Amino acid sequence: MKRLRKWMRTSAALAAALALNVGAQPLPEDSVYQLQMPLRTQAGADAPLDVYRGHPVLISMFYASCGYVCPMLVHSLQRLDQGLDAPARAKLRVLLVSFDAERDTPEVLKETAAKHGVDTTRWTLASAAPEDVRKLAAVLGIRYRKLPDGGFNHATIVTLLDGDGRALARSERPAQPDAELIDALRKAAAATP
Amino acid sequence: MGSAVSRFAVLLMLIGAGGAAAGDGYVPIPGGRFRSVLPPAPGVEDVGVAPYRLARTPVTNAEFLAFVQRQPQWRRDRVARLFADASYLGHWHSADAPGAAAPPDAPVVHVSWFAATAYCESIGARLPTWYEWEYAAAADETRADARGDPALRSRMLDWYARTADAPAAVGSTPANVYGVHDLHALVWEWVGDFNALLVSTDSREQGEDPDRLKFCGAGALTMQDKENYAVLMRIAMLSSLQAAYTTANLGFRCAQDGVK
Repeated sequence: MKRLRKWMRTSAALAAALALNVGAQPLPEDSVYQLQMPLRTQAGADAPLDVYRGHPVLISMFYASCGYVCPMLVHSLQRLDQGLDAPARAKLRVLLVSFDAERDTPEVLKETAAKHGVDTTRWTLASAAPEDVRKLAAVLGIRYRKLPDGGFNHATIVTLLDGDGRALARSERPAQPDAELIDALRKAAAATP
Repeated sequence: MGSAVSRFAVLLMLIGAGGAAAGDGYVPIPGGRFRSVLPPAPGVEDVGVAPYRLARTPVTNAEFLAFVQRQPQWRRDRVARLFADASYLGHWHSADAPGAAAPPDAPVVHVSWFAATAYCESIGARLPTWYEWEYAAAADETRADARGDPALRSRMLDWYARTADAPAAVGSTPANVYGVHDLHALVWEWVGDFNALLVSTDSREQGEDPDRLKFCGAGALTMQDKENYAVLMRIAMLSSLQAAYTTANLGFRCAQDGVK
């Protein structure tokens, strides 16, 4: 009996270890996380692109000095976030990567997060090296162009990723997200342990 | 230390630098200002291009084979689908042998933007920007800017009409005034900022019909410089691509920053 209980404990520990080890499984071929790029977060910390692996993630790109669209993007993402019930919201993560490697320092990003009342326990605002920014934009299908005045013209596209970084849904109009994105978001949250 | 020794050292450095410029496959392109068909912003006509170095020829099958041997994650049987579509290197005989359909000295095609970017990074280079490409491509054999000459335009358009041909060996077209070959009439070429070319002129137009925006953007460009529609066609083609796409006549060449 004792031995059986010990065996059960061991296998439970093993199962837990395997479950935890999911993060080490090979990524799906079409995962956005195939792109390995370092981010610098609003907290001044280094983080990998798959910092939120295991969670459904809303990912998009912005820049802090953007006057109109980017505040609207943050606001739209907050509305999506708040539209979820509390257990689903607790599982969702949001990752916003800046186009503006030069000006969006951790201090600027921190200020932006504070200004919008962003929940930084589940949201990350980050910058990256310009060549990596171009690659991430390519992966997400976001066209952008630096302007002579230092600003950027860019498409505003939000992509919902599953726990392994596969794109589940995307919206080119985050201000009026379609039912498909909201539905996918709820399902992804429900499917997350 | 005698001055003769240091003079000798300087001489060696000069020989070294000259040898590198001539022998590493790149030529220096002096920077300058020019009128692009793609204005950087509404009302801004001129574009400044900093000095850079451009590869004389597009990357060949032989060179790309050496790359996939060095970095096997870019073999067609190992590449992540995120970075290249299903026809990536599809004309090669096998994952590690280009074969007869892809001669060693022909430009590599069926490569994605991600693969082209990775290739250039692997040799300490990068893809040229659109403006760098356009600037070098404005030249003919004798002039830095031959765009006013209908002969250059018709040469481009003649080639567009027969792009179904399998590409010939690189370097088989005459070098332009900088010593660069094949900018026209061999393959289309990726540029680093291919996904920056046709962006709506104002992000505030978000919420408008995206197709209408693209149409208006393209329309505005055509108005800007309708004589250069041959170059505009190239922009339109590049803008229609996704970074993982590969096609039978799309290759690339690399560039490097120049001495400022």
